[in-house]
Amino acid sequence: MSTKQGERSWPLWEVFVRGKRGLSHVHAGSLHAPDAQMALRNARDLYTRRQEGVSLWVVKADNITASSPDERESFFDPAGDKVYRHPTFYDVPDDVEYL
Amino acid sequence: MLRGNPDLMREVQKEMTEPTGLQVDSVLARYVLGLGDDALIYAQRLGEWISRAPQIEEDMALGNIGLDLLGQARALLTRAGELDGTGRNEDQLAYFRDEREFRNVHLVEQDWGDFGDEMARLLWFSAYAAELYARLVASTDETVAGVAHKAVKEVAYHRDHARQWVVRLGDGTQVSHERMQSALERVAPFVDELFVEDPASTAAAQAGVGVRPSELREAATKFVTDTVSEATLTMPDEPKRHARGGRDGIHSSIMGYLLAEMQHIARSHPDAKTW
Repeated sequence: MSTKQGERSWPLWEVFVRGKRGLSHVHAGSLHAPDAQMALRNARDLYTRRQEGVSLWVVKADNITASSPDERESFFDPAGDKVYRHPTFYDVPDDVEYL
Repeated sequence: MLRGNPDLMREVQKEMTEPTGLQVDSVLARYVLGLGDDALIYAQRLGEWISRAPQIEEDMALGNIGLDLLGQARALLTRAGELDGTGRNEDQLAYFRDEREFRNVHLVEQDWGDFGDEMARLLWFSAYAAELYARLVASTDETVAGVAHKAVKEVAYHRDHARQWVVRLGDGTQVSHERMQSALERVAPFVDELFVEDPASTAAAQAGVGVRPSELREAATKFVTDTVSEATLTMPDEPKRHARGGRDGIHSSIMGYLLAEMQHIARSHPDAKTW
């Protein structure tokens, strides 16, 4: 991720929000901030205005290593025909949430 | 401002001695109106930052803070309208009062252009408000206590926001340090008025509805002093002059422009039912 590090530009941060206890953090978007503490506060103002979350993570976009679109076929397609990897042969009780 | 205007002078003196002659409810109404007007006018000033802050993220932060204050103002103005017996609702109080009827302190009406100035003002105002609402949760007035209960958390965040920025700017580059220091100096003459008693706050404190502003001074000043020291800045010297008179409806010349902008649409369409 190449962020312009000019005098007037702040680094980019990726924001992860956990909707409620028991759920995992989900990527919500990104923002600019001068440092981690301010990024957390900006994330609070931008992504939890309507009570979307109970916990926030911010990660500097530079620190994320992402898979490349060019590698999509070799990365993901081989999983396509391996149906036995899905736990579809079990009976799931009705009151189990978030499975 | 008052010199050379004997009529205004007389009016002010009359008004300043007047509260003792008012009904208890009217004095309480005036106190609640003061709290509401501080929040309303500062909300208006903070809203002006939207699209003008250093980054779009900060537009949102200041807009959010302004909206918090506006929420507090709505409940407080509504309550003031009930207490003073006129039955005016929040809109009538916000949009159809003239300058002399507004009871906010001078601090919140100033129009400083610098982001550092805004952070210095926000630091002082939210340090004051945090102490105020922490005590008002015990108000004998149910509405005031209710507003305080909600506001305590809101202003804690406002105070933190100001602190974060003052520390970063003060302890940042040489230029940001100097500008933050001069921002503290510019705001200083407007601080004392927050903590000065007036007949309405004295009466409200006696009735258990409000608190004496002077009780808030020490704790609020400590928060600001700690922040200023963490930011490697210094507290300004005692200013030569202090702003006065906001609670009595005496405002800076800039207040008229603020009200014109805030009120003109509502006044142009006084019969409008919805917006």
